[in-house]
Amino acid sequence: MMEMGTLKQILLITDGCSNQGEDPVAVAALAYEQGLTVNVIGILDDTESRETSSLKEVEGIAASGGGMSQIVYKEALPETVQMVTKQAMTQTLQGFVNSELRQILGSKQTMEDLPPKERGEIMEVVEELGETCDLEVLVLIDTSASMTNKLPMVKESLLDLSISLNARIGKNRFAMYTFPGKKKAIERIFNWSPKLEDVSTVFPKLTSGGVTPTGPALREAIYQFGKKRLLRGIRSNDFMEEA
Amino acid sequence: MTLWKKHELFFRPGKKIIGKWQHHRYTIKRKLGSGAVGTVFLCHIGGREVALKISKHVSSIMTEVNVLKSLKKVQEHRLGPSLMDVDDFVIKDGTTYTFYVMEYIKGDHLRSFIRNHGTEWIGVFMLQLLDDLEKLHQRGWVLGDLKIENLIVENNPPKLRWIDVGGTTRIGRSIKEYTEIYDRGYWGLGSRKAEPSYDLFALVIVFLSVFHEKQLTKGRDAKTTLLKKLVETKALNLYEPILKKALLGQYPSSSLMKQDMLALLYHIQQRRRINTNKALWPFVLESLGISVIAGGLYLASIYFVP
Repeated sequence: MMEMGTLKQILLITDGCSNQGEDPVAVAALAYEQGLTVNVIGILDDTESRETSSLKEVEGIAASGGGMSQIVYKEALPETVQMVTKQAMTQTLQGFVNSELRQILGSKQTMEDLPPKERGEIMEVVEELGETCDLEVLVLIDTSASMTNKLPMVKESLLDLSISLNARIGKNRFAMYTFPGKKKAIERIFNWSPKLEDVSTVFPKLTSGGVTPTGPALREAIYQFGKKRLLRGIRSNDFMEEA
Repeated sequence: MTLWKKHELFFRPGKKIIGKWQHHRYTIKRKLGSGAVGTVFLCHIGGREVALKISKHVSSIMTEVNVLKSLKKVQEHRLGPSLMDVDDFVIKDGTTYTFYVMEYIKGDHLRSFIRNHGTEWIGVFMLQLLDDLEKLHQRGWVLGDLKIENLIVENNPPKLRWIDVGGTTRIGRSIKEYTEIYDRGYWGLGSRKAEPSYDLFALVIVFLSVFHEKQLTKGRDAKTTLLKKLVETKALNLYEPILKKALLGQYPSSSLMKQDMLALLYHIQQRRRINTNKALWPFVLESLGISVIAGGLYLASIYFVP
């Protein structure tokens, strides 16, 4: 069967347009080129309507980052975060499977080109992979001033995400960063760990304020993924920490 | 999702959905509902009514088709709607939608049925559900997204049917699709792993929602809130011990819960019979009294025979 690596995702949670630094849509494209998927959740203010929202950028970032996006009111965050994460996993895996198919069947064959009867088995493979593959999620949270009253729901939704992902057979690892950071673009507040449920301990210490440098934050997040890969090269017993 | 909006006019009543591979033509009657995965339409083909679920997400549709296919194999005992067709629909601008066609299950919603026909149906429907869940679990699946909206009471004889099996997940995997208030993870009462006890938890919430149309909310302490709601729901008092065990995940299998439920219902029936016998007493006393008097008169009449 297919050799599967680890799926790597950046989960960006924000409530506004970037207003500092490079274009996040371009940075997301860069992330995608490096094998990462960028998912974006845009949180609406209670008074804001979906049409007039300042969150147009959200779809663009996810589209160029090969991920999913969803714009929601804060009450719907928990359901949305886990759904977006899982759907993006399926989408990425289906991409892999499609490219394998192309190698086997040649030309432009993808699952969609096959008659429905033959798709079933392929879908089973995708599902199997989604259940068993390892997953790394870097959660990137916008803590600019307007996010203050939304942070409790963000915490809820990350706890909920941990319930969903912990039910999988494959291994999960999470890290959490916030932006803008005090001196750097982003601030690490939770280092790579299999236990996302532990993030609740760091939430009370979060402070919000400042501008929204989404682009630089994304760039820094990509770098953190790369750095981690390097570190893992050096310390091959990385996964032993989980035991 | 934005794509759907753009194509809305292709899915109005009277429009046709034509299969790319099988060439079947379905005429849309009306929309039945839409969910996370896709939209369901009531359609007709050759004078027959069918339910057609259509979506942009091939993968989600195919996953559900897989589930329906494997349920088909157990359909000497019907679990979920039966699958009739799977195909693609290419609309004019070249966009491809994928759909499947299933049996259209007609009937009442659980809430209105119980409102109209009485709470004595609760026990019956619980048993029917447990029966179906037992069969499903034995086949290695968990229903996952069991909720009141996914249930229909078919008439003659009344039978509770599942109309959406999209959340059905292999035992041991992570639940594919769920709804917050029916999810034990949301209430902090268990994991999101597909286990029989996951469905049994949702079953209790289904019957709680029959009486609490407004959304159940977590409150400060989710577990306490939920157990309190259960106690407060008078119509479920009879079943409370069993339902509580199910909420706390103490039934590892549907068969065990069904056994308890059967024993309880038998017990209730016995008690009702005794109660009916009690209700007979005044009549018995009266007739006894009458016969005593009559007997006395009879004896007296013999005694006083000159």
